[in-house]
Amino acid sequence: MPSVLPVGDPAPLDGLLPAQAAEGAAGREFCLYVHIPFCAVRCGYCDFNTYTAKELGSGASQAEYSGTVNSELDFAVKALAASGVPERKLSTVFFGGGTPTLLPAADLASILRRADQLWGLEAGAEVTTEANPDSVTPESLQTLADAGFTRVSFGMQSAVPHVLKVLDRTHDPERVPQAVAWARAAGLKVSLDLIYGTPGESMADWVASLEATIACSPDHISAYSLIIEDGTKLAAQIRRSEVAAIDDDDHADKYLKADEMLAAAGYTWYEVSNWARSDPDRCRHNLAYWRGADWWGAGPGAHSHMGGVRWWNVKHPAAYAQRLSTSVSPAAGRETLDGRTRQVEHIMLQTRIIDGLATAELGPEGRDAVAGLIAEGLLDGAAAIAGTVRLTLQGRLLADAVVRRLLGY
Amino acid sequence: MSPMARTAPVPAATDPAIIRNFCIIAHIDHGKSTLADRMLQLTGVVQPRDMKAQYLDRMDIERERGITIKSQAVRMPWELDGTAYALNMIDTPGHVDFTYEVSRSLAACEGAVLLVDAAQGIEAQTLANLYLAMENDLTIIPVLNKIDLPAAQPEKYAEELANLIGGDPEDVLKVSGKTGEGVEALLDKIVRDLPAPVGDANAPARAMIFDSVYDSYRGVVTYVRVVDGQLSPRERIQMMSTKASHELLEIGVSSPEPTPTKGLGVGEVGYLITGVKDVRQSKVGDTVTNYAKPAPESLGGYEDPKPMVFSGLYPIDGSDYPVLRDALDKLKLNDAALIYEPETSAALGFGFRVGFLGLLHLEITRERLEAEFGLDLISTAPNVVYQVTLEDKNVVTVTNPSEFPEGKVNEVREPMVSATILAPSEFVGAIMELCQSRRGQMKGMDYLSEDRVELRYWLPLAEIVFDFFDQLKSKTRGYASLDWKADGEQVADLVKVDILLQGEQVDAFSAITHRDKAYSYGVMMTSKLRELIPRQQFEVPIQAAIGSRIIARENIRAIRKDVLAKCYGGDISRKRKLLEKQKEGKKRMKMVGRVEVPQEAFIAALSSDESKDKAKK
Ligand SMILES: Nc1nc2c(ncn2[C@@H]2O[C@H](COP(=O)(O)OP(=O)(O)OP(=O)(O)O)[C@@H](O)[C@H]2O)c(=O)[nH]1
Ligand SMILES: C[S@@+](CC[C@H](N)C(=O)[O-])C[C@H]1O[C@@H](n2cnc3c(N)ncnc32)[C@H](O)[C@@H]1O
Ligand code: SF4
Ligand SMILES: [Mg+2]
Repeated sequence: MPSVLPVGDPAPLDGLLPAQAAEGAAGREFCLYVHIPFCAVRCGYCDFNTYTAKELGSGASQAEYSGTVNSELDFAVKALAASGVPERKLSTVFFGGGTPTLLPAADLASILRRADQLWGLEAGAEVTTEANPDSVTPESLQTLADAGFTRVSFGMQSAVPHVLKVLDRTHDPERVPQAVAWARAAGLKVSLDLIYGTPGESMADWVASLEATIACSPDHISAYSLIIEDGTKLAAQIRRSEVAAIDDDDHADKYLKADEMLAAAGYTWYEVSNWARSDPDRCRHNLAYWRGADWWGAGPGAHSHMGGVRWWNVKHPAAYAQRLSTSVSPAAGRETLDGRTRQVEHIMLQTRIIDGLATAELGPEGRDAVAGLIAEGLLDGAAAIAGTVRLTLQGRLLADAVVRRLLGY
Repeated sequence: MSPMARTAPVPAATDPAIIRNFCIIAHIDHGKSTLADRMLQLTGVVQPRDMKAQYLDRMDIERERGITIKSQAVRMPWELDGTAYALNMIDTPGHVDFTYEVSRSLAACEGAVLLVDAAQGIEAQTLANLYLAMENDLTIIPVLNKIDLPAAQPEKYAEELANLIGGDPEDVLKVSGKTGEGVEALLDKIVRDLPAPVGDANAPARAMIFDSVYDSYRGVVTYVRVVDGQLSPRERIQMMSTKASHELLEIGVSSPEPTPTKGLGVGEVGYLITGVKDVRQSKVGDTVTNYAKPAPESLGGYEDPKPMVFSGLYPIDGSDYPVLRDALDKLKLNDAALIYEPETSAALGFGFRVGFLGLLHLEITRERLEAEFGLDLISTAPNVVYQVTLEDKNVVTVTNPSEFPEGKVNEVREPMVSATILAPSEFVGAIMELCQSRRGQMKGMDYLSEDRVELRYWLPLAEIVFDFFDQLKSKTRGYASLDWKADGEQVADLVKVDILLQGEQVDAFSAITHRDKAYSYGVMMTSKLRELIPRQQFEVPIQAAIGSRIIARENIRAIRKDVLAKCYGGDISRKRKLLEKQKEGKKRMKMVGRVEVPQEAFIAALSSDESKDKAKK
């Protein structure tokens, strides 16, 4: 059950953006997200907008997909120009999914080439693709690197077979170090995704996964606490008591363990769920989301943002392809945020990253809350004296509560 | 068999000799309103196309629940042996909470149809209402109803009824309110057996107010039974208790729609409209007389119904307090039994302490407040009234557990009731056990017939008013029936159990219980709250205490993780909406000290399991 789209205003068929989108655009980074909505099998916990070949049936074929995305990129260039948004080079490109590497590497390369032709890539642009460990080969990784990809993010999730089994992951744990080595050999930077707090995962299991991850010495690590999404197979299994429920305290313990082990191995956090070996290894695309940069999201269900205008595409690949075949905007809905709401988002997003935000940007209720949050050990006192709101380790665990208090909610 | 009357006697000009005033009384659900339907139909006052089941149950809540809450009087013509008679029939409620409605109706009548379900036999309210009718010197016509039911045992119950009121089982009429069988014969018997009203037509008017209803179109409609004299349109009338006078804007009879008449004479039952806006100016039990020629002596009044249980009603949205106040004022116009005064709860804010006749009355009132006035309410656990004597001999009346005096008290007295339980004899053991566990004292036991027993107990009101009836039903496979009335008080070993969140007392959760039951209340409430209150950023101990002595304890551990850590693929809108939802959720939180308690937790913790069962029915 792919995740639900938000409720918003209708989006116009011509893709024209409100004037607000163009204001100050020249000073903001511009990024591209490309959604690849295909997976070989659906993992029991996942509610991303992705489909197996069987679910999709006919009507939206993987073979034609890169062509469809390219036509959205063509549409995007025209819509942005018509909306008065100045031309900018791309600073990052991110292929996410789904499983992008389920498409032939040449297809991914063709999309990247089209983006480069339309906008151009900045010098040193970051170009990432997500990948499942068993959907890559040395050759496919080389093709990607040759096409201009700089980075690959593997869905490792765990190194422990019984945990992978609960997660429905099909890959052999041995496969991960191998895939990492191939990526390295192709000249790509590597990130590994982990999930912790899976039912049945012991602390020892988690430590083993962290050790295995560190042993691969990736440049970047994401560690997500397992979220039980409504409508997923895993949610049903838990409801029927076939699988144990998850536990927040266990998640907290495992987060602390991750931070401890990763720090000892030389990784520093820069976002609640993300650690990097050095500043340049941070995922710039990921940071762009939290920093409120502009990005175009191409593909079904993809989200875009431009100067406080957020929109999202129709969810189903067939509906998406149908729109583009008639040169109609694939957007399903959008929101034009007012100043107050942008400020709320700014506080909500910036708080989660290591940059934090300037105390001066808080409203009066937020400034009043800071002292208490420092006393409770959730905000870094030294940083606050220097004028920055920054989460402590404890604060990261309670980040949503901190945000609510900074907003006076 | 009599035909429908060809010409109905004209009100205000009706000879008392052709008037018959009666009410239908019975145990709940024995079919009073359905029998009334057949009478409305047979006498032709309601046309077949207008007919609907329980025609006189007009309030939404009566129709929803299928029970009568308010008495309704109707004038109907009926012809016997060539004479047209005027019958005034009053359909009454059967539920014990509304017994006061029955007693008022009885005072307007010379006779009563005592209806008994032929498949159930005599039950507790059959007896209670029969005794009420006998105290009012009414002529009783025993009738078995629902004889169409396959399970009906008319012969057996005719015997029982005859035993109870004397007379021959043969004389017990057998009818079906469903099919109409026997109803004509019953109407004939009413004409033949019931005495006609007597009064002095030439004396100053004396009319007894037996009901007073607020109607948003017509103002207060006052229902009277004329004893002496005559009331006429446009004359000035006087309320004898207050000496207040009003002009009669309209006078008439219900048949069953209000029908203006040239007045009302001796023995007649009808309504008055004077333009007053408050039922308290036209009080049930008062006597109406002519202003020009007032009667020297009023008729005997009624006792105001006394509230038995109290509960705090609080709007979930504090800003609805004025709406609640106005709503209670409006309901009060029609419900003399409803009493309330403002109170404040540290936990729930501003609300009212409201007195009710029983739990059904509470439930109905709350439902009406919510349905008719769009309110969302929290009602605190109902309690009875205690009299607490302090060491200095001062007596404090406690209608709210939080008023229970701190420190040493001399004695606590609790209200008692006399309860009558009727059940098949095989259940005597189970019933005695139940009453024992509820601190009851047996006062007597009689066999009404070979297999039907009447048990009489003296019990604390607090023990029977809440879940006793459900327990009784379940222990007797639904066969037992219960009636009770207030009967004095007793000294008992009662204590107040407080509930503390993080050391802070939450007044809404305090309860007064017998010392032997304090522990189980404490354990129940603390564990309930532990489930209901979400984890906070700090540990929250939940304690139950008697004074400073902790009797039960639970703990809500501090929350350690409150962050959604997953990759969003740029769906920031979803994340922001979640945040906004949490902000909205916060509005539904009540702060107890530093602890955020969701409204739902109050509602769930305070709702007795028993009222949930009721809602399911
Ligand atoms: N079979 C059968 N059912 C009846 C008869 N009379 C009433 N009922 C049913 O018994 C139930 C109760 O009938 P009501 O007329 O509402 O009883 P009531 O005595 O007015 O009830 P309260 O006013 O709540 O005390 C309804 O479901 C009726 O349909 C009858 O003669 N035969
Ligand atoms: C969009 S997925 C795509 C990656 C790729 N298809 C894979 O699964 O290997 C990105 C990451 O989100 C994380 N993720 C997906 N569903 C999640 C859930 N329900 N709870 C926590 N993390 C989740 C996983 O770590 C996954 O690797
Ligand atoms: S492979 Fe990745 S995107 Fe596909 S279902 Fe599994 S977690 Fe979701
Ligand atoms: Mg009825």
